[in-house]
Amino acid sequence: MEDDLRELYQEVILDHGKNPRNFARPQNANYEANGNNPLCGDKLTIFVKLGADNIIEDAGFDGRGCAISIASASMMTDIVKGRSIEQVDILFGIFHRMCTGEDISEVPSEFEDDIDKLMVMSGVKQFPMRVKCATLGWHAMQAAVRGDEIASSE
Amino acid sequence: MVFETKNKISPNINDYNIDSIRDDFPALSLECNGYPLSFLDSGASAQKPSKVLERMDHAYRNEYANVHRGAYTLSQQATDNYENARKTVADFMNAKSSDEIIFTRNVTSAINLVAHSYGRNFLKAGDEVVISHMEHHANIVPWQLLRDAVGIELKIAPIDDAGNFLLDDFEKILGPKTKLVAITHVSNVLGTIVPIKKIVQLAKTVDAKVLIDGCQGIVHEGVDVQSLDADFYAFTGHKLYGPSGIGVLWGKLDLLNAMPPYEGGGDMIEIVTFEKSTFRDAPARFEAGTPPIIEAVGLAAAIDYITSIGVNNIATHENHMLEYATSCLAEIDGLRIIGNADKKIGIISFELDDIHPHDISTIIDSKGVAVRAGHHCAQPLMERYGVPATTRASFGMYTSEGDIDQLADALKYAKGIFG
Ligand SMILES: Cc1ncc(COP(=O)(O)O)c(C=O)c1O
Repeated sequence: MEDDLRELYQEVILDHGKNPRNFARPQNANYEANGNNPLCGDKLTIFVKLGADNIIEDAGFDGRGCAISIASASMMTDIVKGRSIEQVDILFGIFHRMCTGEDISEVPSEFEDDIDKLMVMSGVKQFPMRVKCATLGWHAMQAAVRGDEIASSE
Repeated sequence: MVFETKNKISPNINDYNIDSIRDDFPALSLECNGYPLSFLDSGASAQKPSKVLERMDHAYRNEYANVHRGAYTLSQQATDNYENARKTVADFMNAKSSDEIIFTRNVTSAINLVAHSYGRNFLKAGDEVVISHMEHHANIVPWQLLRDAVGIELKIAPIDDAGNFLLDDFEKILGPKTKLVAITHVSNVLGTIVPIKKIVQLAKTVDAKVLIDGCQGIVHEGVDVQSLDADFYAFTGHKLYGPSGIGVLWGKLDLLNAMPPYEGGGDMIEIVTFEKSTFRDAPARFEAGTPPIIEAVGLAAAIDYITSIGVNNIATHENHMLEYATSCLAEIDGLRIIGNADKKIGIISFELDDIHPHDISTIIDSKGVAVRAGHHCAQPLMERYGVPATTRASFGMYTSEGDIDQLADALKYAKGIFG
């Protein structure tokens, strides 16, 4: 258990949790959505600058949450830049499987680097109650690019 | 205000043997992640003593049938058990009559019953319902639904930063339009003991009815509904060391019998024709369908168990634990307790540095400590303190100094991880 815990709260995550990247609304953001976790009251807002070709040109977020949800949103906003909406869907699918401990051996090569970076979050699979924290930002990201206003982790 | 249970010679606090009490609760000998379980979430739901589990098991095996129906021995016995449980609850609350005790699913359904049956029939647009800033969602949302349905206004009685209920401000809110006051006996987040007796007295001056959410209060203080003289008092069984699936609404009999049914169905009727039905008096009127039969038996067993130890003794023990924990936690750098009311029960909500409660709870769980992290179904109160969530340790009759030491150590460990 303590090893699992150390893996979950490893340095990279603590660092992203304390000093989140892209923790602001990008000036030219044209889409945003809130992510709420009704269980704990955590709220994140994700901001996206979506280009005409459905490419995410910039992304940021703000809000309050636990180390896991903040770190995950921080990494996500780094990774999605330059990606299309469809690619983000695929990435989230793989990330979600990683968080729930499902098989992710067949990652398309174009996503391998991103998934490598996200692997630091995989410790969450030992903590089923915390999967929603790790995916909150991603749900909100999907809602934002789809034009929905509120995403729920439920 | 600690109520005496009537006609009972209270056991002596010197006989309070925490070790033997802990032995009565099987769950307390569980291990969690390689550590003894330190269960500090009794405010959410309490563990059950063997007496309750055994009583329910026995009733299911030997005394089970549907109630109020069959003319055969087993059904009669089940009915007797169920009605005796009602009597046990009535005595525990010092109700005038068992008929004033309605079994519900939990306190939430008890409050909804009042909001529907009383609210929609006795309150009208412009009438005011007063709640406090520290209510559980169960005592907020039913009144909002009522507001949307009939147009009542909801007024909020404030608290101070320490979490004390502000009686003066409450008094100022009261007026000719105030028709109902619905307030918690004890805050499930701050631990504040609310001056419900004074609240009832003040509400009477404007002829308002009073409902008390006794969920936390009855567990730690008991209640004497006759001396309190409110109109409704509701609580939930699972926090009182009884089973889940049962709650209680106590109400003054005249009032209950003046209220129309909330749910319709079997057991609550006198005569049914396709044109019209007539309804029985309370409590049957409000117990449509097969009730929580064995849960009632379990709740009665829990009350017998508590009474054998003494509500006052339990309160004294929990107060010691509260003092002990407050001083242990005060030694932890960066720990801030939310809720320092003059009178409180064994509930401690806190923040630790800027570590999110969810992270704290996950980390200390790895050391066997079970606490609640979140908004505790009291989002307006969280807003009041400018926090999205807190970590909450809540105590029960079985909480020991060892549980609290384990909490303090685990919190230091969490601080270590976050550096
Ligand atoms: C003060 C208070 N009111 C209401 C409730 C709701 O209880 P239940 O979920 O059993 O209806 C709780 C418990 O969570 C509580 O602490």
